[in-house]
Amino acid sequence: MLRFLLGRLGLLIPTFIGVTLVAFSFIRLLPGDPLDLLAGERGISDERKAELMAQMGFDKPLWQQYIDYVLGVFQGDLGTSFASKKPVLDEFMTLFPATAELALCAIILAVCIGIPAGIFAAVKRGSVADQAIMGTALVGYSMPIFWWGLLLIILFSGILQWTPVSGRISLMYFFPSVTGFMLIDSLLSGEKGAFASAVSHLVLPSIVLATIPLAVIARQTRSAMLEVLGEDYVRTARAKGLPPRSVIGLHALRNALIPVITTIGLQVGVLLAGAILTETIFSWPGIGKWLVDSISRRDYFVVQGGLLMIAGIIMLVNLIVDVLYGLINPRIRHN
Amino acid sequence: MNFQKTLKATLLGASLAVIAATGASAKTLVYCSEGSPEGFDTALYTAGTTFDASSKPLYNRLVEFKRGTTEVLPGLAESWEVSEDGLEYTFNLRKGVKFHTTDFFTPTRDFNADDVVFSFDRQLKKDHAWHEYTPGTAWEYFNGMSMPDLIKEIVKVDDYTVKFVLNRPEAPMIANLAMDFASVLSAEYAAQLEAAGTKEQLNQQPVGTGPFKFVGYQKDAVIRYGAHADYWNGKEAIDNLIFAITPDAAVRLQKLKAGECHVMPYPAPADIADIKADSNLTLLEQQGLNVGYLAYNTKVAPFDKKEVRKALNHAINKQAILDAVFQGSGQAAKNPIPPTMWSYNDAIEDDDYNPELAKEMLAAAGVSDLSMKVWAMPVQRPYNPNARRMAEVIQADFAEVGVNVEIVSYEWGEYLSRSKDVDRDGAVLLGWTGDNGDPDNFLAVLLGCDGVGGSNRAQWCNDDFQALIEKAKAVTDKAERTKLYEEAQVVFKEEAPWATIAHSVVFMPMSSKVTGYVMDPLGGHWFDGVDIAE
Repeated sequence: MLRFLLGRLGLLIPTFIGVTLVAFSFIRLLPGDPLDLLAGERGISDERKAELMAQMGFDKPLWQQYIDYVLGVFQGDLGTSFASKKPVLDEFMTLFPATAELALCAIILAVCIGIPAGIFAAVKRGSVADQAIMGTALVGYSMPIFWWGLLLIILFSGILQWTPVSGRISLMYFFPSVTGFMLIDSLLSGEKGAFASAVSHLVLPSIVLATIPLAVIARQTRSAMLEVLGEDYVRTARAKGLPPRSVIGLHALRNALIPVITTIGLQVGVLLAGAILTETIFSWPGIGKWLVDSISRRDYFVVQGGLLMIAGIIMLVNLIVDVLYGLINPRIRHN
Repeated sequence: MNFQKTLKATLLGASLAVIAATGASAKTLVYCSEGSPEGFDTALYTAGTTFDASSKPLYNRLVEFKRGTTEVLPGLAESWEVSEDGLEYTFNLRKGVKFHTTDFFTPTRDFNADDVVFSFDRQLKKDHAWHEYTPGTAWEYFNGMSMPDLIKEIVKVDDYTVKFVLNRPEAPMIANLAMDFASVLSAEYAAQLEAAGTKEQLNQQPVGTGPFKFVGYQKDAVIRYGAHADYWNGKEAIDNLIFAITPDAAVRLQKLKAGECHVMPYPAPADIADIKADSNLTLLEQQGLNVGYLAYNTKVAPFDKKEVRKALNHAINKQAILDAVFQGSGQAAKNPIPPTMWSYNDAIEDDDYNPELAKEMLAAAGVSDLSMKVWAMPVQRPYNPNARRMAEVIQADFAEVGVNVEIVSYEWGEYLSRSKDVDRDGAVLLGWTGDNGDPDNFLAVLLGCDGVGGSNRAQWCNDDFQALIEKAKAVTDKAERTKLYEEAQVVFKEEAPWATIAHSVVFMPMSSKVTGYVMDPLGGHWFDGVDIAE
C-alpha cells in the first residue's frame, strides 16, 4: 500500500510542474494586458505603460517571471492581485470555503439521490420507472444551468416565496467569519435564526449545482449495476437463496460502486473548481466567478495562483479517490 | 403540508428580514449592486462600480457635483478664488469637518489642509512615501486626466487654506476636482497605518469624511456602511446602507421584487416594461452623459475626404439602430456631446438618412466599389449595448449604397490598443462616458490633436476645431466657453470625422418606498439624501 501511495504521490511532481507552466503561460497567451483594460477608452501612453509594466515586474524576461513565480509558490506567495492589491492566497482562502460548502452540499445531494435512483433503475430495467429515471437524468444532464437556476428562483423565490433569491445568508445577520463555512459560522454565532437562514440560502444553489452530477451519477450507477447484476457470483448468490436486498446491497452494489466512486471523485473535483454559472446566478461569493473576472481583467497573479490552487485541490481529490479505489479493489493496488 | 408551511414561514422570514430591520429602530437601505469594488482607495481605480462603493458613500472632495447635475458646488472647500492668469486656485477649507470614527481608527483632529495635500501629493509626487504603497499602484485616473502635467504644486497656505499652482490655465480644473480620484483621505489615518507597517489597509479599511462610514466588506457578497453621525452636511435619514452584490440583472430584479433590496442598477432592457407595470416599483430614467460613435480613420484614403465620410453618414439609418440595438433605451446622436451637457448645439442639423443622396455624394467624390472594415467591440458598454448587432445594421445600410463592409472584432484590451493605430484599417465603433460634465472632457479627449494615436480614434486633427477648443480651455467665463464649444460642434459636423450614433438612456428601478433618490448624469449611484417611507 505504501508503495502504491508513493507511486501516486510521485506522479504529482510532473503534474505540478505542468500545471504551473500551463497556468503561467495560459493567461499570457491571451491578447490584451491589464493596463489597456484598466485605462479603457481613455487609453494609456506607451511610456506610462512601460513604466507600470516595470513596476509590476512584467518587463523581465518570461523565464525569469516564471522562476520568480515558482519560487514564490514554494514560499507560499502566489503574488498580489492587480485589482484588489491583496495577496492572491488570502483572496483564495476567503472565497474557497463558499465554493467548498456549496460543492459539498451539491455532491451530497447528488449522491444521496443519484445512487438509489441508479440502483432502482437497474433493478427495474426496462420498466416505466427506469425509463422515467433515465429520461429525467438525460434532461438534467442537458439542462442549461443559467436557465434552470433562474427558473427555480422565479418559481420558489418569486412566486411561492419559499426561498430567498440569492446570497449566503440574510443581510440582517452580520458576524465575523470563523471558518468561512456559513453553516458552521452561523451556528457559532449563536444568533437566533442564522442557521436556518444559511440553510435556506443553500437550497436552490445546491439543487442547481447538483443537477448535472446527479444525472451523471445516476446513469453511471445504473450501467455499473446492470453489468454486475449479470455476473456469475450474483447469479450464485441468488441461487443459494439470498434475499434480493442482500444480493443487490451486499454483492452487486459493492462491486458496482467502484466506477461510481471514480465518477463521484471527478465530479467533486469539478465542483470544487468553482461553478461559475451557479455562483453568478445566486450571487455566491466563490472562486469560480473570482477567477473568471480575473481572466477578463488579465489579473495575471490571480489567474496563475488561482489555477494552481484549484489544480492542487483536484489533484488531492484524485489522489484520495485513487487510494480509496486501491482499498476497495486490491487488483488496482497490486498492478 | 406542515413542512411546507414551516419552511415557507422560516425562509420567508429570513429573506424579508431586511424589511423587518427597517422598523422604528434603524432604517436600512439595501442596494443590489452589479459587481464588487476592487478596493476602497478610489484614486487607485477607474471603474464606476468601485467608485459607487468608495468615493460616493465614504469620501468628500473639495468641490462636489450638485445632486443630479454636473454643476459644481462647494464641498470640503467652502469657497475658492482663481488668480487672474488662471494659474492659481486657492481653496478656503470648511472647518469642523469630522472624519469617520471606526473600530480601526479614532481621529484626534478635524479635517484640514494636511489631508488635502496628502490626498493629492501621493498621486502627484513620485518620491512620496505613499506613491507606490501597494503593488501596481497606477493612479490611472489622475494620470489619465493629465494632472501630473497640469499641477505644478499643491501648497498648504495655512490649516484651512490650500493653493493649487498650475503649469497652464485649465478651465475644467474645478470640475476635475469634483471627480472621484480627487476624494480626500485622512492624513492622520495614513500616518497611523504607516507607523503600524500596514499601509495596504488604506485600500481595505477606508476612512473618509463622507455621509457613510465603512463597517465591513465580505468579498464579492456584502458591503456594509453606517450613517456618519457627525457628517458636516447633517446625518443621513437612513442608518445603514448595504450593498448586496448581485451580478446578474435578472436576479437583481427578482431580489427587488421580493423585497430583498430597495434599489438596483442596470436592469435588462427586456425587463423595463415589466418594471413599469409593477405598482410596487418606481422606475427612474435619465439620458446618460455618453455618446456612441463610428470613427472613420481620417488619415487613410478614401476616408481622408470629408465628402466620403459625410456620404456614409447619410447612409446610416439611426432609427433602425435605436430599434435593434437600444430597444427604446437610446436616442439618436447628432453632436459629439450629449444633449444634457452645457454648450450642446441644438441648432445643428443631423445628416439625415438618405441612401440616394449618399450614393450621389460617393459618386461625386469619385468613390466606387468601396470595401471597408467596421470594427465591432466585443463588450457591452452603456453607449453601445450590442456593437456586433450595430455593425450588422451599418453593414446592411452601407450595402445599400454599394459599400461592402467586413465586420472585425478583437478581444477588448486588444481592440482598445489596436484601434489607436494611426494607420488602422477601418472605421471603429466606440464611445465615451463623461467624467466631469465639462465639454472639454469629450471634445478635447476624443477629437483634439493631442489625442491622435490615442483616444482620438478618428485620427482627426483640424486646425479650426483645435483652435476653438484650446481657446475654450483657457478662458474661465462660461458664456464665452459655451460659444466656442458651439462653434467647435459646427466644425465637427461639417468635417464628419465620426458618424455620431446614439446616446443611451439609463434606467434605475427601485422600491416605491424609496424617496429622495436622484439619478446622477455621470452614471454614479449616490445614497445621501435618500430615505425609505415607513
